[in-house]
Amino acid sequence: MDHGAWFLVLPALLPILVLSVGPLLYGIALAFTDSQSGRTEPTEWIGLLNFQDLLHDTLFWDSFRIGLLWAVGVTVPQFLLALGLALLLNQNLRLRWLARSLAIIPWAMPEVVVGIMWRLVYNPDAGILNETLSDLGFGDGRDWLTGIGTALPAVIVVGVWAGMPQTTVALLAGLQNVPRELHEAAEMDGAGAWRRFRTVTWPALKPIALAITALNFIWNFNSFALVYVLTNGGPGGRTRLPMLFAYEEAFRYGQFGYAAAMGCVMVALISVLLAVYLVGRLRGGDQR
Amino acid sequence: MTRRTSGPARAGQYLALLAYLVFLAFPFLWLISTSFKPARELGSLHPTWIPKDPTLANYRQAFDEQPLLEAAGNSLIAALSASLVAVVIATPMAYVMARHRTLLARAATGWVVVSQAFPFVLVIIPLFLVLKNLHLINSLPGLIMVYVVWALPFALWMLVGYVRAVPTELEEAAAVDGASKLRTLVSVTAPLLAPGIVATALFAFITAWNEFFFALVLLKTPEKQTLPVVLTHFLGAEGAADLGPLAAAAFLATLPSLVLFAIIQKRITGGMLAGAVKS
Repeated sequence: MDHGAWFLVLPALLPILVLSVGPLLYGIALAFTDSQSGRTEPTEWIGLLNFQDLLHDTLFWDSFRIGLLWAVGVTVPQFLLALGLALLLNQNLRLRWLARSLAIIPWAMPEVVVGIMWRLVYNPDAGILNETLSDLGFGDGRDWLTGIGTALPAVIVVGVWAGMPQTTVALLAGLQNVPRELHEAAEMDGAGAWRRFRTVTWPALKPIALAITALNFIWNFNSFALVYVLTNGGPGGRTRLPMLFAYEEAFRYGQFGYAAAMGCVMVALISVLLAVYLVGRLRGGDQR
Repeated sequence: MTRRTSGPARAGQYLALLAYLVFLAFPFLWLISTSFKPARELGSLHPTWIPKDPTLANYRQAFDEQPLLEAAGNSLIAALSASLVAVVIATPMAYVMARHRTLLARAATGWVVVSQAFPFVLVIIPLFLVLKNLHLINSLPGLIMVYVVWALPFALWMLVGYVRAVPTELEEAAAVDGASKLRTLVSVTAPLLAPGIVATALFAFITAWNEFFFALVLLKTPEKQTLPVVLTHFLGAEGAADLGPLAAAAFLATLPSLVLFAIIQKRITGGMLAGAVKS
């Protein structure tokens, strides 16, 4: 790379280093300190103490477990529904344009609005969900977002709804990579729809499907705004995702060091899980 | 591949499509419907899809209750500045990343991917401390700085895709004709990239307009806050929200990004895919 190229790179590289890589390293370092907001004594290194405390913090592990449930609960249906929609949109159907435009709406909406919107849907009295259910004969309404058993499933539905567009669009693009000739050849050989999907479509789609699933899982695990607006972690912490927990710890209780340690644990565990998943999927694919 | 789809299968497809349409549309339609309902109807035990007595009172009340205009102004300033700055500094770097397969370009690509994986809390705590020392908490410039850096990964991602779509032959031809490197960039590459750059800027604008977490942490007083943060004030302390004004304000806050997204939809999906598929 010549000097001219450096000149082109620096305007973006500097802010990245100063405001992104730097804070990230600083954040990791904070995890080993007793940094708190409004403390008068200087911040000190305390080594692994935060991590030791985290190990015994059942509330954190509860939130971590809820985060995993939420991430899997959102990512899997999101993928399946998006795959179905992408396959449909790839067909010559009449209302395709309408579905395409509608599928974009959740993508363009602020997450806060998505949360507010679904609160209106779930509202026990003025919401449309209970009304529809009772019209269909499923009797008494519920307070979905504040019910102990219903809160997590209810927010998961919203997560699925909100994240479907990106996944659909990515899969739709993947479908355009599927060689048409192969498809037609398979059809001539009398292969049914499922067989054609398995032998022709899926192999071509797999790389992008894998990538988008991994990314979705991470994004969902780290999500914040949607659940903050829907339940703010309630009832009784049943929907308190790790990010909500870390946010409260940092900006309500001022425990910067401790919250940073949470962030580190989240990254580490998610990376491990993801690596295991990706390696497993790739291996599984090779054997076939 | 669909020519010979049988009747029943086709019917099944339409049924499935219909189910998707309902699932995707109904919350949004409900939001719009709620925003036009008078208080009397919102209190009724049997809500109806279409307001019997549509009113604009909720919209008026929304503006009375919260500083929506100021918040929209703040959002506009933050999103506009962040998207402009991000695109201006990302475009040259994206060009280098797309055209030179150097260590730096690869490291940058890796960072773009990795940066997606970090929980924001790990970045926001140190940024909060730094911005506090610089007295940039509760100020739009501080938020804009954060938004610029936050927009850079996907801006680079999209722009690299757009640069790759410009054939190198065009640049080489210009070089053969004796044009300097800079001249080639300005008069050959840039015009071809322009639509992609605009799409990237608009996308960065939309994401900044919609952003919540950083704004929630960094902006403290109502007159400084952006629209998504101000919207949450409608929810009240115990979630006892005034539904009508809440719906009205939420619907209004969505309109700009919906309109912009409709305009650039094809380009965005195309650009992201170009970046994603071909890399």
